[in-house]
Amino acid sequence: MTELSAQKVDQALKPPRNQWWDVWDQFKTHKGALAGLFIFVAIILAVTVGPWIWSIDPTYVDIRARNQGPSLAHPFGTDQLGRDLLARLMAGGKVSIAVGMTAMLLSLFLGTLIGVVAGFFKRVEGFLMGMTDLFLSLPLLPLLLLMVTLFREPLSQRFGPETGIFFLIVFAIGVTSWMQTARIVRGEVLALKEREYVLAARSIGTPSRRMVMRHILPNVMSPIMVSATLGIANAIITESALSFLGLGFPPDFPTWGRILFDAVDQMQLYPIRVILPGVAISLTVLSVNYIGDGLRDALDPRIRGR
Amino acid sequence: MKMKTALLGAAASFAMAPAAFAERGADGHVNIIYWQAPSILNPYLSSGTKDIESASLVIEPLGRYDEKGNLVPYLAEDIPTVGNGGVSEDLTSITWKLKSGLLWSDGSPVTSADVVFTAEYCMHPEGGCAQLAKFEGVDKVEAVDDLTVKVTFKEPKPNPYGPFMGGQSPIIQKAQFENCLGAKAPECTDANFGPIGTGPFSVDEFKPNDVISMSANPNYRDPAKPAFATLTFKGGGDAAAAGRAVLETGEFDYAWNLQLAPDVLAGMAAAGKGEAISAFGTLVERIEMNWTDPSPDLPEGERSTAAHPHPFLSDLRVRKALSMAIDRDLLVEVGYGQAGRPTCNLVPAPELYASDNTDCLTQDIEGAKALLEEAGFTPGADGVRVNADGVRLKVLYQTSTNAVRQDFQALIKQWWTEIGVETELKNIDASVYFGGDPGSPDTFQKFYADVEMYANNFDGTDPEPYLAQYGCDKAPTPDKQWQGENINRYCDPAYDALLAELSRTGDLEKRGEIAKTLNDMLTKDSYTVVALVDRGRVSARSNTLGGVVLNTWDSELWNAADWYRMK
Amino acid sequence: MLTYTIRRLLIAIPTLLFISFVIFMLLELAPGDPLADQPLTVPPEVREKMRIALGLDQPGWVRYLLWLKQFFWTEPLYMIDGWLGTSFSEGGQRIISWQFRSPAMDVIWQRLPQTLWVVGLAYLVGVIIALPIGIISAYRQYSWFDQIGTFVSMIGFSVPTFFTGVVLIIIFAVKLQWFPSIYDTTLEVTDAASFWKQVKQMIMPVTVLALFNASQISRFMRASMLDNLGQDYVRTARAKGMSEKVVVLKHVLRNSLIPVVTVIALGIPTIFGGAIITEQVFKVNGLGQLLIVAIYANDLPMVQTLTFMFAFLTVMFNLIADILYGVLDPRIRYD
Repeated sequence: MTELSAQKVDQALKPPRNQWWDVWDQFKTHKGALAGLFIFVAIILAVTVGPWIWSIDPTYVDIRARNQGPSLAHPFGTDQLGRDLLARLMAGGKVSIAVGMTAMLLSLFLGTLIGVVAGFFKRVEGFLMGMTDLFLSLPLLPLLLLMVTLFREPLSQRFGPETGIFFLIVFAIGVTSWMQTARIVRGEVLALKEREYVLAARSIGTPSRRMVMRHILPNVMSPIMVSATLGIANAIITESALSFLGLGFPPDFPTWGRILFDAVDQMQLYPIRVILPGVAISLTVLSVNYIGDGLRDALDPRIRGR
Repeated sequence: MKMKTALLGAAASFAMAPAAFAERGADGHVNIIYWQAPSILNPYLSSGTKDIESASLVIEPLGRYDEKGNLVPYLAEDIPTVGNGGVSEDLTSITWKLKSGLLWSDGSPVTSADVVFTAEYCMHPEGGCAQLAKFEGVDKVEAVDDLTVKVTFKEPKPNPYGPFMGGQSPIIQKAQFENCLGAKAPECTDANFGPIGTGPFSVDEFKPNDVISMSANPNYRDPAKPAFATLTFKGGGDAAAAGRAVLETGEFDYAWNLQLAPDVLAGMAAAGKGEAISAFGTLVERIEMNWTDPSPDLPEGERSTAAHPHPFLSDLRVRKALSMAIDRDLLVEVGYGQAGRPTCNLVPAPELYASDNTDCLTQDIEGAKALLEEAGFTPGADGVRVNADGVRLKVLYQTSTNAVRQDFQALIKQWWTEIGVETELKNIDASVYFGGDPGSPDTFQKFYADVEMYANNFDGTDPEPYLAQYGCDKAPTPDKQWQGENINRYCDPAYDALLAELSRTGDLEKRGEIAKTLNDMLTKDSYTVVALVDRGRVSARSNTLGGVVLNTWDSELWNAADWYRMK
Repeated sequence: MLTYTIRRLLIAIPTLLFISFVIFMLLELAPGDPLADQPLTVPPEVREKMRIALGLDQPGWVRYLLWLKQFFWTEPLYMIDGWLGTSFSEGGQRIISWQFRSPAMDVIWQRLPQTLWVVGLAYLVGVIIALPIGIISAYRQYSWFDQIGTFVSMIGFSVPTFFTGVVLIIIFAVKLQWFPSIYDTTLEVTDAASFWKQVKQMIMPVTVLALFNASQISRFMRASMLDNLGQDYVRTARAKGMSEKVVVLKHVLRNSLIPVVTVIALGIPTIFGGAIITEQVFKVNGLGQLLIVAIYANDLPMVQTLTFMFAFLTVMFNLIADILYGVLDPRIRYD
């Protein structure tokens, strides 16, 4: 008894620990999440630092060396124009991951914002859900064509061709993929706001903003995390479709989706060309998924306590 | 044992049956796949290749072009010429005579009234006929008697084989289309989806943009043909899948237009189920040079117009250097294989009209550099050439989205970089690029780029209308809603004068001479059009399909009546 | 609930009208030209005449009003005529597709069966396998079953269908020759043999699509189950001595279904939107192929009609999802 209370006193006397350390401690115990984090960091390093070490220009055409298998000069071989596949994968990964992450964050932000607001504030619900229905029903391709026509030149003039198109693509993907998240979050919020603890919080006069941030949002984290992993894969693949249609980056600019798409016809002759980008995309999505799993557990105080 | 011998005997007698005993419908079923699906079976309402070629199984013109570009009679008794009196001496009329005893697939006779009606249908002012160009200059079409039709032109027509000749201009049945003239054309869905024809097959069911089921025409003029009783014409997908279905799985017998990388096609053919066949026509992949300034700094409405000449492409030496830096043999090897050959000509065929211009065929990087040097462009710090006025050799190079074109872009960019020309690539979705929407900045007519690449060809064997596209007055301008075919904005009075001469000349030899000169003026004299590859057509047939003769001058299915199953 | 439903249905009418207007404006403003697929050999003057024949010389608002009239007046009348043999629609111009120069609705009806067979079945299969996988994965979190399930579903949605489809074709159609690589839309199921043929040609497209759908839905199911398994009411239920089966399948499952219902309800309209890439790869030529070809060909009446029907289904199924929320969680009140 005395021992126990002594311990309690001891604990109380310790300086309060930042809660993010608790989150990290919990995260560390999740093996999958750690492995995911490790792989993800490795991929990021490969695509950012990699090109400094492996300094072949990914767009350099060496026509004499085309269609080569793996060798010392080209560890992953070359494509139909003799461009080095390793260099292309690294350059492509930088773009694909950047587009995937930013577009996913944008779509997640929009989706969560609209979902929470629509679920929580009755007055704007009809309008916001009408908007969601509208965006769900718009045909994607004409919408993208229109956006590209309107914004490609002004953006490339202001930010330069590559950055301009990067913004355009991220915006295009973000703006056309938030609806599912919004519908899901709203559904959850509708159920959550009738829970007792929300009622309790409201009865002590918690303002709406704090209510959303502290009580509602943490409880809709898990569908949001799932949307995030799905969103990255979706953004990487949508980007490849956009560049394929000529709505995205210039044609000699490699991205994972594009390398994969271009190689599908040659799958039987040169399987490595489809396997590598396919594995790269899957690994990225898989690692993000495990990080998401770990984060969700770590952020959940009920699990963290145990 | 008995059963087996009987079967063997039956098989042997089949195998030995000589072709002369061939019977209509004896060979069962044939499958054709086009990776673009036909949307209508009336070539007068759509000029898409898929629509014209699928319709060519059902409806036929008076005469077609054969695989060598010669004219052969189909519904006509023979091809009218000045020599046999069918074409008048002054070249203002042509008289066609129908074969006697021709029947439509519904059993009614084919008469000159049907031919006259076909002209009336297409020339109707409200019809929006896709083949109106075929009837250009036609004054009247009249029936002389039941089997004779006379076409009169407004002025002498050196090439009178526009109307009723080739897959684009088949004869339709008057009885079926009588109530479909002009604005009423789209109301006749049944007729547009299932025209009654004289061809080897007749339509059983048409599912637009998907599949057509056909069966042998019971009234086809040759009682022994076609050898196939039924036919399925499937559409949709992509070239790789169509090639796979013929060459690797053997599900289909014939696949159209396999635009695939040569090694991919060779890999498929190695499966041994079929073979790729190819033939050449007039399709030329080319780079067009912009004579006007496409700079975005110019106000809208003046961009890419004759008001502002191009800062450096208006210099012949620069254009020539860009052409010299290109290795056309390598382009063919990478992109087309057996289906392409390097060319310097805008008009690569027929022989009569093809110039012997070959001086672009060898790549000459050093020569190109020297030429740019001579034009006053010297390499700057970053390797890009600049002249004394500070004009940088930086080109925007656009084309439509297509795997081979993107490979070409990458290769040519590399060569141009080598000679000190900075190149920015851009690819545009084909439906926008070729769409001609005046609101879009990305159409090939607007040409908001320095150079652009695409392929074009001409119908039939006469290049006159094709060469006429480069006349001064054909340049797209904002006040013409950017419509026009002279997309380079090339303008040379001498060229226009020679064009006028061509339109007055009837003598074939003379026409050939003039056409060659015109071709050279655009290519080797001015490098306005930098021809790259003479693109052939590659299709695939299964090993068991006989009688296929690939024809690029007319519909590929022009001789489907002669197709048979090899035993 | 009934008044809520009626109110929502009434609100849906102006919403849908607005959506149809936005779609029309979008299609008007997007670049493109219905004559883009005509060869370059057709001269500009002829193109201009063809445009006029399509009605493109009319101003946009006239064409929009015409479409509204055709869609909401002529087409329903025509359908009534079809059922009753009357002739109300006589003289009324139906919605004419620019590609086919024929009524757009006829082609849509023609495409519906193969779309429902392939895409619909794939969705059904996807849902049926996703739910148990999601439930078991959550219940046995981090077991080998869960790990494999996670792995497969990640592959399922991170590898695009244009790739998985071609892989299946190369393995099963080219190498093994078990299934056809081209879907035969003219096949009519009349006996056991033709039924077997139909099954054979459906296996590959259905597998590709079902894998994609199942991986998505199972992830949401699993996440939502995990959230609820840790709740206090589960502990209470267990403490009361309820059997594990009742606790999981009745209490936890029911409370976890809200996000899953949302996802499924969003998915059903997309069945009618077709599966564009899968249909292209296997040449199923359903509604997805119809839409994408119409978009490429700038066949605006067809795109407008298809998209609007899709919008209608989206609005309806989202309404159904909202009603289901109330059924699943009676605390949710809309009034």
